[in-house]
Amino acid sequence: MSIKNAPAYRQSNKKYRLAPLDSKHLTGLARIFFCLAIISMVVFNLAPFLWQFFSSLKNSKELYLVPVTYIPAKVSLTAYEKVISNPLFLRYFLNSVIVSIFTTFVTLSLASFAGYALSRLKLKFKTALQFLLLLACLFPQIIFLVPLYELMARFSLISKPLALVLPYVTFSLPLAIWMMTRFFLTIPKEIEEQAMVDGFKRLAILRKIILPLSWPALATTAILIFIGPFAWNEFLFSLSFMIKDTSKTVPVGIALLSGTSMYEIPWSQICAACVLTTLPLVLFVIIFERKIIEGLTRGAVKG
Amino acid sequence: MSKNLSEQRFGLFLILPSFFILALIALYPILRNLVLSFMEQGRFVGFSNFSALFQDERFRSVLINTAIFCLISVPLELILGLTFALVLHQKFFGRGFARAVSFLPWALPTAVMAVAWKWIFNDTYGVFNDILLRLHLIKEPLAWLGRPNLAFFCIVLAEVWKCTPFVTVIILAGLQTIPLELYEAIRVDGANSWQRFRLITLPLLKPAILVALIFRSIQAFGVFDSIWVLTGGGPGGSTEPISLYIYDTVFRYLKFNYAASMVCFSFIFFLLFILIIYLTFSRRQIEY
Amino acid sequence: MAEVRLENITKLFGGHIIGLKDFSLQVKNGEFVTILGPSGSGKSTALRIIAGLEHPDKGNIFIDEVNVNKHLPQERDVAFVFQSYALYPHMDVYENIAVGLRIKGCCKAEIQKRVQEVTGLLEIGKLLKRKPKALSGGQRQRVALARAIAKRPKVFLLDEPLSNLDASLRERMRTELKMLFNKLKATVIYVTHDQTEAMSLSDKIALINNGMLKQVGLPDELYYQPKDLFVASFLGSPPINTLEADIIGENALMCGKICLNISSDYRLKLKNKNKVILGLRPEDIKVYLEPKENTYLAQLILIERIGKYTILSLNWQGQILKAITERDFIGQHKRDSIWFQFDMNKLYLFDKETLNTI
Repeated sequence: MSIKNAPAYRQSNKKYRLAPLDSKHLTGLARIFFCLAIISMVVFNLAPFLWQFFSSLKNSKELYLVPVTYIPAKVSLTAYEKVISNPLFLRYFLNSVIVSIFTTFVTLSLASFAGYALSRLKLKFKTALQFLLLLACLFPQIIFLVPLYELMARFSLISKPLALVLPYVTFSLPLAIWMMTRFFLTIPKEIEEQAMVDGFKRLAILRKIILPLSWPALATTAILIFIGPFAWNEFLFSLSFMIKDTSKTVPVGIALLSGTSMYEIPWSQICAACVLTTLPLVLFVIIFERKIIEGLTRGAVKG
Repeated sequence: MSKNLSEQRFGLFLILPSFFILALIALYPILRNLVLSFMEQGRFVGFSNFSALFQDERFRSVLINTAIFCLISVPLELILGLTFALVLHQKFFGRGFARAVSFLPWALPTAVMAVAWKWIFNDTYGVFNDILLRLHLIKEPLAWLGRPNLAFFCIVLAEVWKCTPFVTVIILAGLQTIPLELYEAIRVDGANSWQRFRLITLPLLKPAILVALIFRSIQAFGVFDSIWVLTGGGPGGSTEPISLYIYDTVFRYLKFNYAASMVCFSFIFFLLFILIIYLTFSRRQIEY
Repeated sequence: MAEVRLENITKLFGGHIIGLKDFSLQVKNGEFVTILGPSGSGKSTALRIIAGLEHPDKGNIFIDEVNVNKHLPQERDVAFVFQSYALYPHMDVYENIAVGLRIKGCCKAEIQKRVQEVTGLLEIGKLLKRKPKALSGGQRQRVALARAIAKRPKVFLLDEPLSNLDASLRERMRTELKMLFNKLKATVIYVTHDQTEAMSLSDKIALINNGMLKQVGLPDELYYQPKDLFVASFLGSPPINTLEADIIGENALMCGKICLNISSDYRLKLKNKNKVILGLRPEDIKVYLEPKENTYLAQLILIERIGKYTILSLNWQGQILKAITERDFIGQHKRDSIWFQFDMNKLYLFDKETLNTI
């Protein structure tokens, strides 16, 4: 594209160019199909969560009514009361929070350093690191389970938070490093070269110049780590390494509640617990949708 | 000259922590697995674990289960993800909300949502049966999690629901790399929507689809969370994937080394898979 | 080939940003018309509206007297060459040219015949199996042209096709384009911001600014008979010199401290005005190294040697004038003063408020 000093209106011009299938120009039947597609998509993705939500608001009697009622006749919060007053559940919650926050923080730090190095410097170890990252993101968790358990047991880390933070950080690094590297590549080298000429030392450049510029990318990456498969949501390692009841995390806690009980499964409490665990995430995703999706999609797809 | 050296050292300093943790948690286990699979109780036993593996009936059946599971769910996810991405690529009122909602399943804990699915598929009180009954599609409530074929359907549905956003996001990213002008040019050439899709969108999405295919296939092979919660591998092991059998072998039967040999087998399988896909498609790379 | 007519096209973006306003244009069969204007003036918008890639809010488009407002781009039988060429990256050159024909329904033999025709015409025969990424800028441009020509459309629409090429290639391609479209006797609507391109290529130029048509006519018409100051200053390199002057008496102007007599033709038109803007083209200023009859003294500020001629920047009564002289007019010695004179008949007068030519 030629360099044009585009006045503001020219930029907005681009917004109005036709998308591959511009919904403004869809006629009749096609438009109906399109709307139907959107509605089905939204319903499909939202349904399980919505159902938990409505179920959690029913009192025990209504919950077990057949045929099923969809909107609770009487909204009852007893399930929530029971869950919140359960100290074990609160303990699970706390564990999840601690582990997730630690994971996010450590991953961000490591990823920023590594991402900066990968984006700027030519190192012999670059390929080695990229190889390791590929290993970590390509293979499913189960591959690592046995030796990791052995490792954790050897260092007496079983049922300690570190046993989770270490693997979570490791497996979150590929995505985090990818995002930070991509971001650092967008900062022109000239800024740092100017700083070097001005006399800054390398570490100072990182702290005083690069870091302040990186807040948006750091925030987006932090979000992606937190809601990713290796923090709040993780199950397998937590199930395997956290044996003691008081060190379990929320997903494991809820899953155990719903499965192995010999008594009647307390579904209303389970629903309430599910909603409590997922509602913050739902709101989070809806509010930060733009950041998340754009953070992930803005950038070429690596072949 | 010396600047380069200090640059190298600085870079190393930055990379070292990540390097170390990755080597410890990602590389070491893979190598250790290999070692463990040739041992039993600390003694070297050669290939005996592997030969036991080949005679293991249960192992064969979980392999088949896992293969069928991948062959059904991954294509479904690709098709659904492609459709969602195409819809979400357009501009319409409420697009932000639709995108957030489509991303949601990936962001929610697999195990927790599997519990939700369990409640939905509950044979007596579940809403799935209720809807089907109301629509007169079935005459009496079905035991979704209690019958092998139905349970398989449930785990596929739960997995597709959870993982489609992964595909959607990758394909959305790919869609955004296609210049609008190509579409305009082919419109002036006379192409209708289907032709535009076939001649421009699909070919140029090949890299994205490939990435999604590789990652999803491998991840689907290692599925654990949702199945553990939904069916525990039942009824009668009909929904048991490899990862569940490995987990059981470690934590219920306490046969570490046997589990390690299973992992090695799977690992080699992955490598072959990736190699085949890479060789097939690397000849037809698309660049601008 | 066909004729194209735009009638009062108005296009607004976002409800209030003017893309085009009451834009009308007529292109006869076989004519090469350029829509010329600065960035953001609406020229690309006009072209895209003709192609059907944008829809006007008001107005009509006629191709061969058929109202094509509601026609989709594919139904209008036009060929559009994008500024970035828009070659399909995953298809080789042959496919790029053939795909449009295939969609139209041409049989294989016909496609081959046409592809051969255009490859001969544009000399891209050796490139047929290559993909766009393996082509240079100039080669890509030829392929884009080949694609358009193979379609045998009613009208060719070209959106700044030369602006992505480097300067020397641009000159060469300009000549080639002219010869090509002369040969094809095609109806061409060309969009550019480069006035040299417009002047050299077109049968007719339509100058546009801020979405409105300023003047339409032969290149010479626009150059020598500009309707207003914008037209006068857009065409011509270096651009026309402008000076402010006051009107004193019936046929005299006061420019700074110098009094100029102008012909009495202007007497009526200048009746109610106090000030005017004078326009003087650089090539109409004659420069002398010594004072002569009827010359004015100016300070020489800058010498720009372009190669075939030299541009002098003169400071005259606080205003900067540019003049063109021979290459070796000024030697290497430094000079401070220079004398110049101009022909009063070549002077343009513009109304100070409306900027229209008087």
